[in-house]
Amino acid sequence: MAQAADGRKGRKPRLTNEPAGLDRDTLLRAYRDMLLIRRFEEKAGQLYGMGLIGGFCHLYIGQEAVVVGIQLALKPGDQVITSYRDHGHMLATGMQARGVMAELTGREGGYSRGKGGSMHMFSKEKAFFGGHGIVGAQVSLGTGLAFSNAYRSNDHVSVTYFGDGASNQGQVFESFNLAALLKLPCIYVIENNKYGMGTSVERSTASRDLSQNGSPWGIASLQVDGMDVDAVKHAADIAVAHCRAGKGPFLLEMKTYRYRGHSMSDPGRYRSREEIQKMRSERDCIEGARHKLAAFDVDEAEIKRIDDEVKRIVQDSADFAQTSPEPDPAELWTDILKEA
Amino acid sequence: MATEILMPALSPTMTEGKVSRWLKKIGDMVRAGDVIAEIETDKATMEVEAVDEGVLSAILVPDGAEGVAVNTPIAVLGGNDTAASAPVAAPRAAIAAIPAAAPAAPAAPHAAAEQDWGATSPLTVREALRDAMAAEMRADGDVFLIGEEVAQYQGAYKVSQGLLDEFGARRIIDSPITEHGFTGMAIGAAMNGLKPIVEFMTFNFAMQAIDQIINSAAKTLYMSGGQMGCPIVFRGPNGAASRVGAQHSQCYASWYAHCPGLKVVAPWSAADAKGLLRAAIRDPNPIIFLENEILYGQTFDVPTDPDFVLPIGKAKIERAGTDVTLVAFSITVGIALKAAELLAEQGISAEVINLRTLRPLDIDTIVASVKKTSRVVTLEEGWPFAGIGAEINMQIVEHCFDYLDAPPGRVHGLDVPLPYAANLEKLALPKPDWVVAAVAKLF
Repeated sequence: MAQAADGRKGRKPRLTNEPAGLDRDTLLRAYRDMLLIRRFEEKAGQLYGMGLIGGFCHLYIGQEAVVVGIQLALKPGDQVITSYRDHGHMLATGMQARGVMAELTGREGGYSRGKGGSMHMFSKEKAFFGGHGIVGAQVSLGTGLAFSNAYRSNDHVSVTYFGDGASNQGQVFESFNLAALLKLPCIYVIENNKYGMGTSVERSTASRDLSQNGSPWGIASLQVDGMDVDAVKHAADIAVAHCRAGKGPFLLEMKTYRYRGHSMSDPGRYRSREEIQKMRSERDCIEGARHKLAAFDVDEAEIKRIDDEVKRIVQDSADFAQTSPEPDPAELWTDILKEA
Repeated sequence: MATEILMPALSPTMTEGKVSRWLKKIGDMVRAGDVIAEIETDKATMEVEAVDEGVLSAILVPDGAEGVAVNTPIAVLGGNDTAASAPVAAPRAAIAAIPAAAPAAPAAPHAAAEQDWGATSPLTVREALRDAMAAEMRADGDVFLIGEEVAQYQGAYKVSQGLLDEFGARRIIDSPITEHGFTGMAIGAAMNGLKPIVEFMTFNFAMQAIDQIINSAAKTLYMSGGQMGCPIVFRGPNGAASRVGAQHSQCYASWYAHCPGLKVVAPWSAADAKGLLRAAIRDPNPIIFLENEILYGQTFDVPTDPDFVLPIGKAKIERAGTDVTLVAFSITVGIALKAAELLAEQGISAEVINLRTLRPLDIDTIVASVKKTSRVVTLEEGWPFAGIGAEINMQIVEHCFDYLDAPPGRVHGLDVPLPYAANLEKLALPKPDWVVAAVAKLF
């Protein structure tokens, strides 16, 4: 088992490619959940192209192993919060594809009844706290979710996702300080996909090892192969156990990659087509899981059954997202304040 | 089954584009993720990836074609069974005229006349605020206080004096000097159901956290379709103190009152402070509670009834009058009352309204008074441009223009960063004489 680094003792974090050793059924579930996100995002890209989704739309394609692997380590009631690249996180927490897609099209059936859009969806039931459009803001908020767990003395953890771009925001470091000071059960997950919009980590960040960003505050950390769902689950188990035991926050740096642009209107001139194709063909998390499944004697028919189920869910969500009516004009004036 | 490839929308504003060139030709096998063409949008040249698999069976729009509308079929993918279903036409909600109930600004619910709370005893504003927090913390275990120096130091202005002793370090929390981070943390805790009171040592420092206050606390209820509330109070001294210079002397009333999703409260007396802070802590919405350092040590009579609370959104007529209405909040209520005395010596009867809440604004009380007096002057310590006075006077014009015998007037801090020098500072801040002069212009 990989040892978590303890910055106070000056130990380096290690890259853990060590698998959790997922069993057949768990790996099948992971494969299914990653595929659902992939197909959902492809469909969202299509609907955007058709003009049915407006504004900003940030796809998660390529990074699916991160959220799916971490979700496998959580229990109901653990909170999740993330940035604007959030569709995958919602599906992973068990939110319905219909409600997410209908929010993308701005319809009444969406999770925010059409008032939030791609970047702003929430589910109290699934403890998903958004969906935030200001880079880094969710890190302080997620620290607050962890604070509420500590205040109530329960054993829930809050998982706070952010990108390599957000990792330089001042409030991220303010949050690290608070979480370490108050020993909050917060798992910070840096999804390092190598680019903050069009600027590479090398050009934006003096820190060469983002997993060390919490070390001044003694925040334990691991650097993880975020393209391998098994390795992600293993690292998440370590982080979750650390937080549930009351040992304070934990930082996971996930080395991952997004295949698509930052948003739909990104011409992608900052990286080569070859770089993307290389990641896709050699490191793809879904292909990787499929490969491992073969070792479990999972046959083509079973894979096909999952593929078909996912396709059905995604198509159903797209149909729903186009037939659900636009919100009633009266919705304009609701949900501004709660009745006191 | 064949799938049409449609001209994609590649930016939020794109309606048409140019097919710069095809990178695949008829007969090529295309895999999902392959770049099939380059398209020039209003912003950039973009590569278009195939979403489905299949053989490219037709190219309908040639290289170099310009002005191709979004959703025009540009090619056909023949082949396997993964064809996307045709988009279903969206039933559009009936296009209504602007919704009938569309108030230009939030109006406060019409509340009953001021309740008589019986016996009173003298209390400073500072003590009243402390007592309000203590009472609500005794009643609700989810309420906690966080801020700089609120616990062991007993409060930078001694407002939280004694609270650490009674409630302990779990509920009275000294924060590091990192407003952005601890404000965001408190908002996150509120989203998960706790009821934080965030003390800013002064509201000047809350500018470090204003993104979290507006973008996270004020907007999330709306963006979540009503799912995620944020029951939180942001409180601390606002406005000028005494000779602390421009960075520590600013009124934020109009900044926050501008924003839907917030309530903005500004007490004047100790009774206001106690009754309104208790209501603010109980309120399920984010509340900006603007105190004033100079008022902290002033003593007022406060009802002793343990249930004493005041409604948010309801103004109080502090002095009745018939000739002119003075609309004030926070420290300017005292200025208005002094001006009313000076005006009385000149035979002018002034009615003084203490707004207590700025958002939602109790416009009914203001309008009823102006209809009676036909003249109005607003008071505020902040700057005039887009200030509270500008908003109130505009609403008066909208609601009761025909009742006015003179243009609405306003008294405000001068339009300069507040200077340090004693004489200059004095020149910049509203005083009773200014009110008397402003009223004189109306007759």
